[in-house]
Amino acid sequence: MATAHSKTAARFMISPAVVLLLAWMIVPLAMTIYFSFLRYSLMSPGEETFAGWDNYRYFLTDPAFFSAFTNTIVLVVGVLLITVVLGIALANLLDQPMWGQGIVRILVIAPFFVMPTVSALVWKNMFMDPVNGLFAHAAKALGLQPFEFLTHAPLASIIMIVSWQWLPFATLILLTAMQSLDQEQLEAAEMDGASWWRRFFYIVLPHLSRAITVVVLIQTIFLLSVFAEILVTTNGGPGTASTNITYLVYAQSLLQFDVGGGSAGGIVAVILANIVAIFLMRMIGKNLEA
Amino acid sequence: MARAVTNQRKLVVTVIAWSIGIAIFFPILWTFLTSFKTEAEAIASPPSFLFFEWTTENYTEVQSRSNYPLHFMNSVIISLGSTVLGLLIAIPAAWSMAFVPGKRTKDVLMWMLSTKMLPPVGVLIPIYLIFRDTGLLDTRTALVIVLTLINLPIIVWMLYTYFKEIPGEILEAARMDGATLWSEVIYVLTPMAVPGIASTLLLNVILAWNEAFWTLNLTAAKAAPLTAFIASYSSPEGLFYAKLSAASTMAIAPIVILGWFSQKQLVRGLTFGAVK
Repeated sequence: MATAHSKTAARFMISPAVVLLLAWMIVPLAMTIYFSFLRYSLMSPGEETFAGWDNYRYFLTDPAFFSAFTNTIVLVVGVLLITVVLGIALANLLDQPMWGQGIVRILVIAPFFVMPTVSALVWKNMFMDPVNGLFAHAAKALGLQPFEFLTHAPLASIIMIVSWQWLPFATLILLTAMQSLDQEQLEAAEMDGASWWRRFFYIVLPHLSRAITVVVLIQTIFLLSVFAEILVTTNGGPGTASTNITYLVYAQSLLQFDVGGGSAGGIVAVILANIVAIFLMRMIGKNLEA
Repeated sequence: MARAVTNQRKLVVTVIAWSIGIAIFFPILWTFLTSFKTEAEAIASPPSFLFFEWTTENYTEVQSRSNYPLHFMNSVIISLGSTVLGLLIAIPAAWSMAFVPGKRTKDVLMWMLSTKMLPPVGVLIPIYLIFRDTGLLDTRTALVIVLTLINLPIIVWMLYTYFKEIPGEILEAARMDGATLWSEVIYVLTPMAVPGIASTLLLNVILAWNEAFWTLNLTAAKAAPLTAFIASYSSPEGLFYAKLSAASTMAIAPIVILGWFSQKQLVRGLTFGAVK
């Protein structure tokens, strides 16, 4: 149906978006790569010298990098496990007939719309604070010693906060997928005497597999870049106990003014994210053809 | 044949689901309640749930002590500005990909998506330095630019999935009647696409409102939106629970309410059409 004229026009109309995104992707990324090979401090501008692979060597052999790397993986995997397992359970529950389903849905989905700085501060101060937090009150009421969440289990506490934010997302996506499940298939299986567990493992779970993959991949993209929650709760500490790669790069470049080292870290982060992105892109690409 | 569900079973499910729903919502409810307490009551042990003297003084305190209206306006301008600008760039692009697809359309779409996967720290330093050298650090302009670009792929994708559902014949008919390209887009396509565009707008305002990497890194005082303003409570000021709660309630209320209306679009927008 497309004429030569409309094809030219189409190309013209798509170009602003393409040019802007291309610029956004290439210019800063090229600058980061360039900086990563320089000895460049914000404290002494104009004295940049070529550093070869030094920045990468320092960044990758820095003990802080190793702990940031493991923390990043623990954070991503921890939040994924919690949100996917609970999300499947919740989606199953919310799919059952009940009174006030719409309202329960609204209650469950709400945390996703709370900005990260608010949820982190509310959890940090009003729940996890060892003196005045709600958990401390509860512990004292039970005659227990209040637990200092952010001092003794900083990473676990952040995993909890981030899971609270992402559980609604996983639940909503999985619930949407649940609703497209053919009920008659389940009923047939039930009539044939299949137990609840067998029905869940052989019918429901395979049906959800695609949605689960999507949840895992999309959350991974966002979870690799968790930042605000760490900044306002622990500042990455104590020590580097709750520093992830995103926070480490931020600290290196904007707190220690080491542009070269921070840039090398940024490139490492890009490479790690790309590994995940390749899988996600394949998945979505397949869907586009279908 | 639909299986009759016993009322007893339904009751059990209802009780469990409501309990879990309320537990998940509880931090938000608690913040809301605390915002109406005095500071003393906010840290009282044991905490009072509903039976305290309700006061709105925290709200007036927060307004008078800080420049709350400024930060609120910053959030509004940045999230709306970046979304509208993004729509202006994305509508023609999504239109052309949906109605005049070429050999490379799929590749272009996938490539746009891939830019979204670039972790922000990978480009933090150059962006920071560019804005510093052009004097745009801590300005709304800088944030509108950055948020437009980071959300552009999502806007294009969402619009594309909506536009795909509009029958192309209608556009052809308009063209036969002599409509020019622009009048075709403005008078024929846009009205039909209004629901899709509205959904896209809604979801992107939410995403931009809550964006907390660039807003924290590129603003100080003048252009700080609510995300960055609330972060200032991470200092000892955060120990004033009632005021923290009042500021938080005001910051999240508009978006939580908007969000409830956008549940379906959320699934579609954030999964890039992979789950419907």
